Amino acid sequence: MNQDLKNHINEALKKGIRLDGRKKEEYRKIEIRTGVVATAEGSASVKCGDTEVIAGIKLNIGEPYPDSPENGVMMVGSEMLPLSNPEFEGGPPRIDAIEVARVIDRGIREGKTIDTKKLCLKKGELVWMVMIDVLPINHDGNLIDLGGIAALTALKNAKMLEVENDKVVFGKRTKQDLPITSMPLPVTILKIGDNLIVDPTNAEEKVLDARLTVSVLEDDTLCAMQKGGDTSLSIKDINEMIDLAIKKSQEIRKKLQEALAK
Amino acid sequence: MSSKYNKRTNDRKFDETRPIEAKAGVIKKADGSAMFRIGKTTAYAAVYGPRELHPKHMQDPKKGLLRCNYNMMPFSAEERVRPGPSRRSKEISMVTQKALLPVVNLEDYPNAVVDVFIELTETDSGSRCAGICAASIALADAGITMKDMVVSISTGIIDHQIVVDLDGEEEHITDLDVADIPIAMVPSTEEITLLQMDGKASKEELLKSIEEAKPVLKKIAETQRKALKEKYKG
Repeated sequence: MNQDLKNHINEALKKGIRLDGRKKEEYRKIEIRTGVVATAEGSASVKCGDTEVIAGIKLNIGEPYPDSPENGVMMVGSEMLPLSNPEFEGGPPRIDAIEVARVIDRGIREGKTIDTKKLCLKKGELVWMVMIDVLPINHDGNLIDLGGIAALTALKNAKMLEVENDKVVFGKRTKQDLPITSMPLPVTILKIGDNLIVDPTNAEEKVLDARLTVSVLEDDTLCAMQKGGDTSLSIKDINEMIDLAIKKSQEIRKKLQEALAK
Repeated sequence: MSSKYNKRTNDRKFDETRPIEAKAGVIKKADGSAMFRIGKTTAYAAVYGPRELHPKHMQDPKKGLLRCNYNMMPFSAEERVRPGPSRRSKEISMVTQKALLPVVNLEDYPNAVVDVFIELTETDSGSRCAGICAASIALADAGITMKDMVVSISTGIIDHQIVVDLDGEEEHITDLDVADIPIAMVPSTEEITLLQMDGKASKEELLKSIEEAKPVLKKIAETQRKALKEKYKG
């Protein structure tokens, strides 16, 4: 069945058309909302076509890692909720969800988005822990990019919590923002046959030959990458994919800034 | 009996719920879906099926299986909720299934399973009730044959005063006795399909709280119907 779908998508792409009528380098309409979860310290929802992702930030105080006693801790979690797609089953996150979480994590970590030095309370003993969870409500493709946008927006939306006797007072939000210093946007480029496309739907992801996720910073420098898919990429492919990722990141960044300005 | 709780902390009337919002068909990939929000508690429900039940030995040629799964998202409470099933979520999944079973015509779906996934994005008490309300809309949206909807709300008894739709602040009152009573009902027959209680109440108080919940539940049933009609109009 997938082979038929693949042939169909390939035939159409040769004529420059995608299943949903988009052009190859065209994103679906993105809608970004902030503060969608009352219980989270920061939150955002990103809708793009039929995909909808929610990201929420929770804070707590914990011990730092022994090798970085002065740095706050951050982690990204993700799950392929069975609510969001007929093909998902319950249970602990499998490799697809782990990859989404880790690629988003890598972008934020290596892009030095959070100034973790500012999250130290007592060197070697107490630091802030920033927990970012990215979950699809409806999964119709491109979870890494949209999850990444949601995570960054939620981080920008988050407020620190009050502290009493070295413990967090849950629910008591202060007016202080998280120390956010950069916004590395992950952009995933898919290669199907000889065609490069952006913002894939679920169907397109199923027939991909290769994909490359590139996290792009404000000044167009790259801070993280991940190749996926079963076939190889040529240097020329990679070159084109990175160019396209940078171009797209600029478009998305504009939308993100508009949403944050609201 | 006079109560020390003569004014609600949230300024609501004793029989007044938080603002309710319901929407059908919010998840495109699902066969049926819904969002149900009551105050700061938001539940999403997706229905997948009827589809073939695996493992095969669980299949029943006489009727289908209704499988419910309740889950809180990690950021849906004050402290981060660890992903994966907990004893609490497993129990709620079970009582949710029992609450919905009486209205679902499973005889129509031999050897099949109807999966109901409920996700809470934010919670401020009453999450299992919101989940049941959402699931009921989602089942109808999926075209599953049903006798009626199921509606659910939690009532509370705070120092002998009956209140409808307990919120988190009321549930955590410590200087007065608080009983939390989640109820689910089939509106047309007034059958009760879910009844739990945490806290102390006399038999009379309990029965009275169910009576007082009835008109509220029927009103919520209207909201559910409206959400479905909204999706299918024109």
